Amino acid sequence: MLIISSPVVELSEIQKGIFLQKIKSPEIAKEILPGQFLNIKVSEGFSPLLRRPFSICDVEDDNIFLMFNIFGEGTRILACKHKGDLINILGPLGKGFNFDADFDLAVFIAGGLGAAPFPFLFRKLKNQKNIISFVGGKTKSEVIKYNIPNYSVATEDGSEGFKGNVIELFEQEIKNHLSKKIKIFACGPNGMLKALSDSVKKLNNFGYNLTCEISTESAMACGFGICQGCPIQDANNPDHYHLICKDGPVFNVNDVVL
Amino acid sequence: MKTIDLSVKIGKLKLKNPILLASGTVGYGNEMSDFIDLNILGGIITKSISLKPRKGNKPQRIVETSAGMLNAIGLANVGLEEFINEKIPFLAKYDVPIICNIAASSIEEYVECVKSLDSENTIKAFEINVSCPNVKEGGLQFGNNLTMVGKITERVRAVTDKTLIIKLSPNVSYISEFAKICKENGADAVSAINTLVGTAFNINTRKPKLSNIFGGLSGPAIKPIALAKVLEIHLSVDIPIIGVGGIMNWQDIIEFMIVGAAAIQLGTLNFIDPTASVSILKGLYNYCSERNIESISKLTGSYILE
Ligand SMILES: Cc1cc2nc3c(=O)[nH]c(=O)nc-3n(C[C@H](O)[C@H](O)[C@H](O)COP(=O)(O)OP(=O)(O)OC[C@H]3O[C@@H](n4cnc5c(N)ncnc54)[C@H](O)[C@@H]3O)c2cc1C
Ligand SMILES: Cc1cc2nc3c(=O)[nH]c(=O)nc-3n(C[C@H](O)[C@H](O)[C@H](O)COP(=O)(O)O)c2cc1C
Ligand code: FES
Repeated sequence: MLIISSPVVELSEIQKGIFLQKIKSPEIAKEILPGQFLNIKVSEGFSPLLRRPFSICDVEDDNIFLMFNIFGEGTRILACKHKGDLINILGPLGKGFNFDADFDLAVFIAGGLGAAPFPFLFRKLKNQKNIISFVGGKTKSEVIKYNIPNYSVATEDGSEGFKGNVIELFEQEIKNHLSKKIKIFACGPNGMLKALSDSVKKLNNFGYNLTCEISTESAMACGFGICQGCPIQDANNPDHYHLICKDGPVFNVNDVVL
Repeated sequence: MKTIDLSVKIGKLKLKNPILLASGTVGYGNEMSDFIDLNILGGIITKSISLKPRKGNKPQRIVETSAGMLNAIGLANVGLEEFINEKIPFLAKYDVPIICNIAASSIEEYVECVKSLDSENTIKAFEINVSCPNVKEGGLQFGNNLTMVGKITERVRAVTDKTLIIKLSPNVSYISEFAKICKENGADAVSAINTLVGTAFNINTRKPKLSNIFGGLSGPAIKPIALAKVLEIHLSVDIPIIGVGGIMNWQDIIEFMIVGAAAIQLGTLNFIDPTASVSILKGLYNYCSERNIESISKLTGSYILE
């Protein structure tokens, strides 16, 4: 874990309202793994007070990338940084995706900005595994496909691709692949993750053996395990919460209650 | 470099500098040790421990507010047994005083916790949390009841010779009355303040943002209140005060010491900058050095009111 001030290299708007920030940070680039996150101090003083967590979107040589939209004050400030401005980064944080495991087909599922961690995961997996992806959003403009391989799109209003949610699309398509050893990597809103969890459990009850890792979110004060602010129910022990920042943000879908 | 004595005393406890890390904002030290050498600190106050592990409140536990944050953690902690077996051995490796904070839902539980921990050499002092706003039993029920605070102090005092600190609630009319009762019942010091009760609602759903509805406000927003509480105690009770609430830099520490704090605690700041104590120590040194203050403890209560 490091705390380091690193310069912005460039900010690009990859599609309307979605920003990609390139930051030169060799120290972070060297250590971070897909699915981990960074806790960013967006301003010099204490307004806003807390750091803002962001998934590592991609790493290329000495550079790291963040993907975000303008959600509130913090992301607005972040989007106004110029080339050379320093950004104070705390990380790498949390446990990322376990992508070394034994599987033939990687399935990426991303809802909206849940697309953020996949470019880096794709970079790590692309020469080793077959990958199919499902990306979704309420409407066409919310779907993010940036550096996501081999994707099918679902929109709830039907403005692009399958009409419905991304998990319904997944359920329909995965039937063609069930003979393979599948590992699912998913990131998106809680509702999507919950639907996915139910879907995977259903399939596994039919005798399939899909593994599924999900990247979860919560409000966070510290991001490194000292505030106890980010609990998620442990599926195996009713008296225990996991901490999303430290034990996650990526969990095996069987280990948490959404 | 001049030699400036940054050490301070709290009861029998000598600290190499006035910087303590506040309970609930350092866990049990291990995560912080990834960022700083814990030995530079004046001391570490561990997360409130109860007799049995506590799961804590349901999410959402944290809300950011203007210049502050609300938390409703609900005293989630590993419980006495795991604390002794797993957490103390790590802390024992450091040459830094460990102050063990205890939260309980009955006087007996406080007494039992202190008794069980009193023989641990690593623990140099106890801080009794009678002021957590986020739990149903104990917490504020005790924190704003003078008789209760007096009793807890008396009963805990009877089972330990270690430095005994009572952590006071700001959610009372006159905090100095509580400090007085602590002193009368044998406390060595008081910490002021714990968090202030607050809440936040979502205007779209009309629901509270915290599952617990109410939470404790901390951060820079509460500093003026904390300063006023420290001063109020200092003006009327002769007891060492540990100032806590909204400290973000060395200037804030000097201010707390001037109004009466013998030592201070860093809380919310640890979440944002776990390395803050390094630069803060330099700031304190320079302030004293530039003004020929040989010993930082001279600042305590050095206010000039006219
Ligand atoms: C592990 C993790 C990874 C993330 N990765 C990304 C990413 O790659 N791209 C992206 O755009 N966003 C990501 N987010 C969400 C991002 O942190 C928020 O969008 C950001 O905090 C918004 O800040 P703001 O100041 O613009 O919004 P504001 O609404 O002004 O402030 C955000 C406040 O909301 C609180 N909050 C409440 N619920 C949540 C929640 N579920 N998640 C985060 N904060 C919450 C925070 O504590 C913070 O104080 C991630 C969140 C987490 C926890
Ligand atoms: C997330 C969080 C958890 C806390 N947990 C405890 C606790 O377990 N016991 C306790 O005595 N105080 C606890 N506190 C209160 C702090 O120790 C401190 O009194 C308070 O936050 C004010 O200081 P600050 O403004 O510098 O944070 C907690 C505070 C926060 C923010
Ligand atoms: S955000 Fe502080 S413990 Fe997870």
